Amino acid sequence: MLAPELMYRTRRCIDCGECVKNCPKEAISYAAKKVSINRKYCNLCGRCSQKCPTEALAIIGKEMSVREVVKEIDKDLIFYEESEGGVTFSGGEPLLQLDFLDALLKECEERNICTAVDTCGYASHKAIDKISDKVHLFLYDIKTMDEKIHKKYTGVSNKPILENFRRLAENGNNILVRFPIIPGINDSEHNIAKTAEFVLSLGIKNISLLPYHRAGSEKYKGLSRAYRLKKIQSPSDQNLRLIKEKLENFGLRAKIGGG
Amino acid sequence: MNERVRKLREQTINTKPYITPERAILITEFHKSDVASQLSTPVRRALAFKHLLEKKKICIDKGELIVGERGPAPKAVPTYPEICCHSLEDLEILDVRKKTPFTVDKETKRIYKENIIPFWKSRSIRETMFSKMSGEWKAAYEAGVFTEFLEQRAPGHTVLDNKIYSKGLVDFKKDIMESMQSLDFLNDPKAYEKMEELKAMEIAVDALIFYAERHADKARELQRKEKNKERRKELEKIVDVCSHVPAHAPRDFWEALQYYWFVHLGVITELNPWDAFNPGRLDQHLYPFYKKGLDNGSLTKEKAKELLELFWIKFNNQPAPPKVGVTAEESNTYNDFALVNTGGVKADGSDGVNELSYLILDVIEEMRIPQPSSMVQISKKSPDSFLKRALRIIKTGFGQPSVFNTDEIIQELLRQGKSIEDARNGGSSGCVETGAFGKESYILTGYFNLAKVLEITLNNGVDPRTGERIGLETGDPVEFSSFEELFDAFQRQLNYFVDVKIKGNNIIERLYAEHLPAPFLSLLMDDCILKGKDYNDGGARYNTNYIQGVGLGTITDSLAALKYQVFDKKQVKLRELLKALKADFQGYENLRQRLLNRTPKYGNDDEYADNIMKTIFEVYFDAIDGRPNTKGGNYRINFLPTTVHIYFGKVVGATPDGRKASEPVSEGVSPVQGADRKGPTAVIKSVSKMDHVRTGGTLLNQKFAPELLADDEGLDRLAHLIRTYFKLDGHHIQFNVVNAETLRDAQKHPEKYGDLLVRVAGYSDYFVNLGVELQNEIIKRTEHKSF
Repeated sequence: MLAPELMYRTRRCIDCGECVKNCPKEAISYAAKKVSINRKYCNLCGRCSQKCPTEALAIIGKEMSVREVVKEIDKDLIFYEESEGGVTFSGGEPLLQLDFLDALLKECEERNICTAVDTCGYASHKAIDKISDKVHLFLYDIKTMDEKIHKKYTGVSNKPILENFRRLAENGNNILVRFPIIPGINDSEHNIAKTAEFVLSLGIKNISLLPYHRAGSEKYKGLSRAYRLKKIQSPSDQNLRLIKEKLENFGLRAKIGGG
Repeated sequence: MNERVRKLREQTINTKPYITPERAILITEFHKSDVASQLSTPVRRALAFKHLLEKKKICIDKGELIVGERGPAPKAVPTYPEICCHSLEDLEILDVRKKTPFTVDKETKRIYKENIIPFWKSRSIRETMFSKMSGEWKAAYEAGVFTEFLEQRAPGHTVLDNKIYSKGLVDFKKDIMESMQSLDFLNDPKAYEKMEELKAMEIAVDALIFYAERHADKARELQRKEKNKERRKELEKIVDVCSHVPAHAPRDFWEALQYYWFVHLGVITELNPWDAFNPGRLDQHLYPFYKKGLDNGSLTKEKAKELLELFWIKFNNQPAPPKVGVTAEESNTYNDFALVNTGGVKADGSDGVNELSYLILDVIEEMRIPQPSSMVQISKKSPDSFLKRALRIIKTGFGQPSVFNTDEIIQELLRQGKSIEDARNGGSSGCVETGAFGKESYILTGYFNLAKVLEITLNNGVDPRTGERIGLETGDPVEFSSFEELFDAFQRQLNYFVDVKIKGNNIIERLYAEHLPAPFLSLLMDDCILKGKDYNDGGARYNTNYIQGVGLGTITDSLAALKYQVFDKKQVKLRELLKALKADFQGYENLRQRLLNRTPKYGNDDEYADNIMKTIFEVYFDAIDGRPNTKGGNYRINFLPTTVHIYFGKVVGATPDGRKASEPVSEGVSPVQGADRKGPTAVIKSVSKMDHVRTGGTLLNQKFAPELLADDEGLDRLAHLIRTYFKLDGHHIQFNVVNAETLRDAQKHPEKYGDLLVRVAGYSDYFVNLGVELQNEIIKRTEHKSF
């Protein structure tokens, strides 16, 4: 799950054929002006991407040490100082790399850098406890209160997520709820009410509405993966405003967008 | 805006610029006269100035409160045949060219043919200048290695300080007399020259006072005929104002503006100095009048705003004098670069932002006209509310005001040897040029094409466009065994061309000093009166010359590509790369894509590329900074392009950064268009690795989609970004807030976008007035999606 992958971006491809020539595994073929990758044979050696002049083929994701990441963070220190901003660890899911995340949080703490962790909350409570005191702000996804629907679309139960949320709230952590609005899946009156009630019952007030979008479908294509929510449209501005109002009527401070 | 302003604003927007022969006729008439031949040069020039102001038509339009036009009417543009005598062919081009045309009627052409051209053809400074340039200079000029600012326009590049707001011209006259009296005819061999210069200044003083009185007379005449009672009262006030200023110190806000305006007209009538003229720190100068008026009830905020708006329209009524040839290419705009400064600090170092600073921003927002340009000076003491007020105007996509770093400007000026007060009273003018207002002549002498120098280096001194050897024989690059050898060859070529340029400059500077003194401009600039010396001859307290580097991004990425691909990674042989450049990458698309995508680029906070930028900066700095000019001052460097990056791009073949032949080179200190892919924070980090403090101004262009600034948080973020850039000693940043789609649509349907203003490079212009290459380039400038 946490390995580099080979991404192919059709629009950048200039049909030069360098990748086909340079693949030692013959995993890349070229026909009808289209590059196709046989991912069974590909061992991610990266030779094709090194030779690709346009970065149409690129190895996405790379292993970095704590020190390397800190060096990147340091580059932007001056901006954090001015804006009182900081580092957001997101992903994917940063809690999947718990020890690495923990080490980075410690480094930030030493540098007095503000930190945020953007998480889906699906982790063991031990994991959450380990980092909770080092994080200034959790950006915490609550997709749906309905366990069945949660299971249907994400493959897992939402119980540990809601439980971790409770732990963080009770620990006094600063939390910004992120509520992705996916039309037809989690935007029902009922789910909105349930979400608001749950969040407010724990004393959390801030919630961001993240309208569903399909910007990721290109990436899925580039990784030869099926994109399964193709048919769902982004919610209209009007609907978003309506949901925002509803949440506000419950007493939440709601905002459209993640910024 | 009120009805009066609305009407006059419409007039200035809808009137097309046209050529008036008025000035050409008058100046020719004077120079042909017997009296002209008997005089010393400065006195002759002063009397010519007097002749112009005595004879030119006086214009007071309906509804105007601030009066005076350079030509006989708004947008009537005079010519300056003593500097550049337009040929009939030039006039034809001006009349029909697509971009920045000037209507030239038959009568004007006839007058030119019969009177102007026969007299000035061999007498204009342009003719004289070119005839005195060396073969090396001409070869480099024609190849597009550098341009020459003074071939069609006079030295100017300067800004007024606060001196006119407490002194009338009669007080200036007293200073002139004192200086005359202190002349030492016994021991000072220059006493006679000084006397003539001072006499010339005295004549110029009287000429402007007389010119103002002619406006009073005209207003009186209009008043007699006027039926409307209110307008009669206004005309009465105009009579009063024009009888008082510029002879005497202004008594109120209205007179302060009118005084400056007469002075402005004087400067741009005497000669056609670059960047016209400029009131500089307007909020500082006018604040005492504003406050006094509000306190004693003689002024309201609304009245002050109206007068400022009418003052704004006056600037827009004066398009830049018509340019032809290379100068038209390098500065292809009607904008004449008067850049009003607001904010900054006071002479004692305290925050300069006042209520008037905000009112001026209101005026800028409401007027939305290209001239005058406007900027805010932001110091660390400036309140955030001021910066954010400016950003709210910027986000409307009109390209003004631009944002400057006061603290850095002060450091620049101090490094150049200015006193702390002169530095704090200074600012930026033109596009981004730093100056000590009222005390410095800071002349841009020409743009310098860094990419062309590399092209010539890669061809062993030969310009591949013509096959002629115009540079040094620095060796066949294929023989170079290291990047250092190549860079050394580049540095030698660069030094050679800088030398050629400066040798030319030294001659041109003397031509202006000896043949075209500017006594009126001189009396306004310290310490010309004290020294009895002309502005064009080193009379100013500080005398700085610039050679403006262009294509920093292109040259950095090109050298980075050579170093990385050829010498470090050995991915491509130099011979192969040179072949590809020669073929303009035809048949080398893979290589071009590798150069574009797989090579370190400036603007991404990438040490590899940024270190090369720093090395180039040092080399350019060493070649120029500190060298003497002929006026007792020094050469300095800066980085700004106006529109020359388009022209310079046209004369440079394909470059090793993957740029194709004829495409524009990069502008200012901005990264190559589209090469910055890591967002604005990375751009800011890269750009601030340069030591801006050792320049006299740098230009950074950033483009944002308007939605980024839709809410207050967006504005906050932009404000933080600017503050960070300034903390890192960045000099200037400007924003184009439009999306590419809008611009493409504007390109297709110019008729729908007549009012779409964009930031070009240090100034704003109507998008539809720009050439298609420039339009394309603005579209291409990276549109940052998020920061």
